[in-house]
Amino acid sequence: MARRERITIAVLGLGGQGGGVLADWIVQLGEANNYVAQGTSVPGVAQRTGATVYYIEMFPAGCASAPPVLALMPVPGDVDVVLASELMEAGRAILRGFVSKDTLLIGSTHRVYAIDEKSAMGDGRASGERILAAAQERARRFIGFDMDDAAARTGSVISSIMFGALAGSGILPFPRAAFEDAIRAGGKAIETNLQGFAAGFDAAQGKGGTPQETPRATAPTTAAGRALLARIEANLPREAHDFAVEGVKRLMDYQDAAYAALYLDRLEALGTDPALLTEAARHLALWMSYEDTIRVAALKVRASRFARVRAEVKAKDDQIVELTEYMHPRLEEVCETLPTPIGRRILASPGLTRRLKPLFAKGRHVETTSLRWFLMLSLLAGWRRWRRGTLRYRIEQARIEAWLALARAAEPDVAVEIVKCQRLIKGYGDTFERGLGNYERIVERYRKGGLAAADIARLREAALADEEGQALDQALAS
Amino acid sequence: MAERSFKAEVEQLKLGDGEPFHGEGILAVTKALLQAGVAYVGGYQGSPISHLMDVFSDASDLMAGLGVHFESSASEATAAAMLAASVNYPLRGAVAWKSVVGTNVASDALSNVASGGVTGGALIILGEDYGEGSSIMQERTHAFAMKSQMWLLDPRPSLPLIVDMVEKGFELSEASNTPVMLELRVRACHVTGSFTARDNRRPPLTVAEAAAAPTRDTNRIVLPPANFLHEVEKIEKRWPAGIDFVRRHRLNEHFGTERDEIGIIVQGGLFNSLNRALELLDLSDAFGNAALPVYVLNVTYPLIPDEVQAFCAGKRAVLVVEEGQPEFIEHELNTLVRRADLQTRIIGKDVLPRAGEYTAAVIKDGIARFLRAHAPDRAPAEEPAQPPALPPGAVPQRPAGFCTGCPERPIFSAMKLVQKEVGELHVSADIGCHLFSILPPFHIGNTTMGYGLGTAGASAFKPEGKRAVAIMGDGGFWHNGLTSGIGNAVFNQDDNLTIIVDNGYSAATGGQDIPSSRARPPHRQTNNPIERAVRGVGIGWAQTRTRTYDVAGMRDAIRDALTSPEKGPKVLVAQSECQLNRQRRIKPQMAKALRAGERVVRERFGVDPDTCTGDHSCIRLSGCPSLTIRSNPDPLRQDPIAHVENSCVGCGVCGEVSHAAVLCPSFYKARIIANPNRRDRLRHRLRGWVIGALQQRSARRLAARAF
Repeated sequence: MARRERITIAVLGLGGQGGGVLADWIVQLGEANNYVAQGTSVPGVAQRTGATVYYIEMFPAGCASAPPVLALMPVPGDVDVVLASELMEAGRAILRGFVSKDTLLIGSTHRVYAIDEKSAMGDGRASGERILAAAQERARRFIGFDMDDAAARTGSVISSIMFGALAGSGILPFPRAAFEDAIRAGGKAIETNLQGFAAGFDAAQGKGGTPQETPRATAPTTAAGRALLARIEANLPREAHDFAVEGVKRLMDYQDAAYAALYLDRLEALGTDPALLTEAARHLALWMSYEDTIRVAALKVRASRFARVRAEVKAKDDQIVELTEYMHPRLEEVCETLPTPIGRRILASPGLTRRLKPLFAKGRHVETTSLRWFLMLSLLAGWRRWRRGTLRYRIEQARIEAWLALARAAEPDVAVEIVKCQRLIKGYGDTFERGLGNYERIVERYRKGGLAAADIARLREAALADEEGQALDQALAS
Repeated sequence: MAERSFKAEVEQLKLGDGEPFHGEGILAVTKALLQAGVAYVGGYQGSPISHLMDVFSDASDLMAGLGVHFESSASEATAAAMLAASVNYPLRGAVAWKSVVGTNVASDALSNVASGGVTGGALIILGEDYGEGSSIMQERTHAFAMKSQMWLLDPRPSLPLIVDMVEKGFELSEASNTPVMLELRVRACHVTGSFTARDNRRPPLTVAEAAAAPTRDTNRIVLPPANFLHEVEKIEKRWPAGIDFVRRHRLNEHFGTERDEIGIIVQGGLFNSLNRALELLDLSDAFGNAALPVYVLNVTYPLIPDEVQAFCAGKRAVLVVEEGQPEFIEHELNTLVRRADLQTRIIGKDVLPRAGEYTAAVIKDGIARFLRAHAPDRAPAEEPAQPPALPPGAVPQRPAGFCTGCPERPIFSAMKLVQKEVGELHVSADIGCHLFSILPPFHIGNTTMGYGLGTAGASAFKPEGKRAVAIMGDGGFWHNGLTSGIGNAVFNQDDNLTIIVDNGYSAATGGQDIPSSRARPPHRQTNNPIERAVRGVGIGWAQTRTRTYDVAGMRDAIRDALTSPEKGPKVLVAQSECQLNRQRRIKPQMAKALRAGERVVRERFGVDPDTCTGDHSCIRLSGCPSLTIRSNPDPLRQDPIAHVENSCVGCGVCGEVSHAAVLCPSFYKARIIANPNRRDRLRHRLRGWVIGALQQRSARRLAARAF
C-alpha cells in the first residue's frame, strides 16, 4: 500500500503543563489548513499529578476520498512527532516504543521529580543522562532544551514553548503564521503565548543563547582570609583545596578566623592521604558549622536573604513582602544555646525540665519582618560571640573529636568511609536525633571491630533507605 | 462548579439542520439526544462520564427550553430508577454513568426495568472505563447486558456513527421494549470530530404531561405473576424483535473485501485500532479498505445469528478481536457456528492476550499470529525484537497524588503523626481523591470496597483497645455512605472512627456540587451539613473541624476520637474547600482586584536553601506537588534540598507540618501585598529604616571577618 499521508503526533505531559491546550492548538492548526484533524485524551489523570498522553492525527482533506479512519492512541513505530514536556516523560515515550527511527522527538530537558525521587532520605533522583543518550540513539532527530526555563524567561507556559518548537522543527507542512493563528484562535493569554512560541521556535532552530555560568570567585578579601588560604595551599593536597577553601569561608562566616584555623589544624592532623583529606575537608566543615539556634537566626535576618526571598516569590518592586518563619525551638535547643553549666543543670533537673518544657511545646510563628522579632533574632545571632561557651558547642566539639580520633586511627580507605558518615547527621529536632542515632549505631558497630570500608558504606546506605531504620536494623544484624 | 465549563461549547447544541458540528464525543452525544426528542436525562458523574454530566448541566437552560427534564442523580441507582418513567409512557429517557462500577451500583434498578420492559426508548450511556486510568479494569459491562438482557451498543469511534447510534438506540429500545446500553470508551468520549447536525426536537410527550395523566399497567410491575410473564416475553417477543431491528437497520457494518477464506470480527469500539494494525501489516489503508473481510459489531449484544452465519460460511478461520475477559462474544460465536454446522475455526484469545488493553500494537501482534497459523502466505515476516532502549526502572513512576494545596493532604499528615504515637492503624479507605493516601508518601489505607463504603468496610472490626479508622468523602457520603456506613455503624454499635472529608464538591469526578456544597447553584438545594445528617441517624460523638490545614489540630482531634472513653461510632468531619475549585473560584477575582488597583494579599511558602539540610522529612509528610527538590546550592552538601515552586498556593501545610512534627526552621511564609494601602506603606517604611540599618551594620561586621 502507498506511503501514508497522515501525520501523527503524541504529547506526553504532566498535570498543569497545558498539554490539553497544546493538543487543541495542533488540532486547530490542522483543521484551519485543510486537514482532517482528530485529538483524544484521558482528562483528569494528568490533573492529579499523574502522567498522560494526548494524541493527534491529521489527514490531508484533499487526499481523502472517504472519511479516514483515525486511531485514538499512538502506535509504536507509527508516531511522527513526540512532544514530551519533561525529561522523564521523554524517557517514558521511548520506553513505550513511541519513539522510533522515523520519529522527531521534541523534549524538555528539565526535571519534574516524581514522589519517590523527592522523598528519598538522601539523593533519590533518577539519572537523566541515560534518557538523553536513549533519545539521541532512538529518534530520527531529537530537539531537546530546557523548556521550563524558556517558559520562565518569557513569562509564558511550557505548552507555548512546545508549540513553538514544533513549528521551529519544520516537520509540519504549515508556515509559522499558521501556528500563530492557532494560538490567536485559542483566544487565551495570546500575547504571552506568542512570546513563549517565539522562544520555542528559536530554540528549535538552534538560536537563542544559553545563559552563561558565572565562575565562583575564590579570592580572599581580608588578611585573615589570605593567611588561611596560604596555609591551605602549603599544607593540604591539591585535591582537597576546593572543599577546604569552602570550609574556611563557611567557618569564618559561622564563627571567626580562629575557628577556621581550628578546622585546618584538625584537617592537617589527619595525615596526607588526598582522598581522605578531600572528604574530611567537606564533612568536617559541615559538622563544625552545625545548625544551632544562633546560626539559624543569623541566616534568617541577613539582607541577602531578604533579597533572595523577594526574588523567589516574584515580588514586584512596588509590592511589600512580609515573612513568617515556622520555628520550633524545644527546651533542648534553648538549653543548648545557654552557657554550659546553666544549660546542663536545667536539662539534668527533672523538676525544672518538667516545668519549663510546656513553654517550648508549641511551634512559633516568627515574623522576621516585624521589629520585635527582627530584634530578637538579631540579638540571638549576636550571641555568636559567646558560642564557645554554649552547651551545644561543648557537645559538638566532643563528638567531632571522637569522630576524628576514629578516622586518625584507621587505614585511609576505612577512614574515608568513617568521615563520610557525617552525611547522616542533618536536620533539626527529631530528624537530627534520628540521623545522629543512626550514625552512632554504625560507629558503635565499628568500634566492636570487623567492619571493612565497604561494610561501612553499606551501613550508611542502609541508614538512608528508610525513616523507621528497618534497613539499618537488617544490615546491622547481618 | 465543575472542573471544566462547557458554556461556550453548548452553543453548538443549538445547531440546526445541515449545519456542521465540530467538537468532542460527549457533546455529540448530547446533541444526538436532543435531536432524538429525549424527554428526560439523568446520571452520575465519574470518568469518563463526568464531562458528559457537566455538558448536560451547562446545557440545562437549553434543555429546559425544549421541555427536557435534567437532574444530577444522587447515585447510579437513582439514575437507573429514573428510567421507570419510560415503563408506562412513550417518553424517551437517557441516563449516564461510569461503568463497570456505576453499573454495579445501578444493577438493582436495571434488573427491574429490564424485567418489566419499556414503552418509551430507554438509553443508558456508559463510559466504559477500561485501560489507562481505569478502576476495575477486569470486569465487563457485557456481563450485565447478558444477565439482564439489555442490548449493548459499542459503536465504531466516529462521530457521525455515534450520533446515529443514539437515535437508533432509542428506536431499538422501543421496537423491542428493552433498555439499550450505549458503551463509549474513554478516548471515544473525548475524541474530536465533525458531523452534520439536525434540528433539536421537543419531546412529543414531556414528563410533566405524563405526570398529569398517569396510566398504569400492572403487567409491567415486577411482582408475581407478571414477572413470570416477563421472562417469557423477553425470550419470545423482545429478543426476536431486537435481533430483527438490528438486522433490518444494518447496525453492524462490513468493511474490506467480500469473499475470503479468512476474516475478522471486531467490537465496534476497537475498529479504528484494528484498521491501524491492518494498515501497519499492509492489509488495509487509511479508509478501512481492508484486504480481507471485516465484520464490525456496533451491536455487541445480542449477536445476529444470520449475519454471523453468512460471514463465517466458506471461511476456514475467523479472528475475533474482543477486549476483556471472559470472552463472551467468542463463546457465543462458537455456539452459533456449531449450530449452523459450519467448520469455521473461531480464533480469539489463543492469539490475543487474555488481559490488558487492546492497543493497535497488541492487535497487530495478534493478527500476525493468526495469519501465521491460518494464512501463512499472507503473514508478515518475523521481525527480530529491538532491544529496549531503556530498562523500565530508568523512568520513575508517577502515581497520582493530591493536588497542590489539597486540603486532604494534611488529614493524612496528621494521621501519620498519630500513627507515630499509637502505632499502625487499620484504615478502611473509600473511593475519591482521598484514596491517594494509599500511595507514597502516606502509605495509609488497607482496603477499599466501593464508593461510600469506607465505614461499611470497617464494620467487621470490633475493636478491643485499638479502634479502626474509616475514610469517606463527602461525595461517597451522599452517594450511599450515610445509610450503608454511618446508619449501619450506629445500628450495629460500632466503635470505630469515620473521618469524612468534606471539601465541598464531588471533587474526584471533577468538582460537581453535592448536597453539602457551600455554593448556591440556582437549580439545587445545597448547604445541608454533614454533621447534622450523621447526628440525625444517631451518631453521638461527632466533631467538625473547619480547617484541615491545621495539622496539629487535626492530629489532636484524631487522637481524641481514637482514645475517647466514649463507646459508639465516632465521626470527624474534616472541612476545607477543594483547592482546585477554590483556585478556579478566586483566581479570576484576584486578577480583577489587581487590575482595579485594589490591595491584594498573596501568600506562598518557600525554603531557605542555607538552613535546609536535605533530609526531605517534610516531603515524606506532605507530598505536595509544589514542594519539590533541587540541587543543593551549597558546594559542601550533597543531598538535594527542598524547594517550593511558584505554583504554591500558600495553603500553609508545609509550615504546619514542620511545626507539628518538629522538623526544621527552613520554611517561611511570604505575604506579598500588592497595591499596599497607606498603613502598609507607613509600617513598611518604619520597619525598613530600623531593619535596614541593623542589616547594614551586620553586613559590615560579616565583611570584616569574611574570607
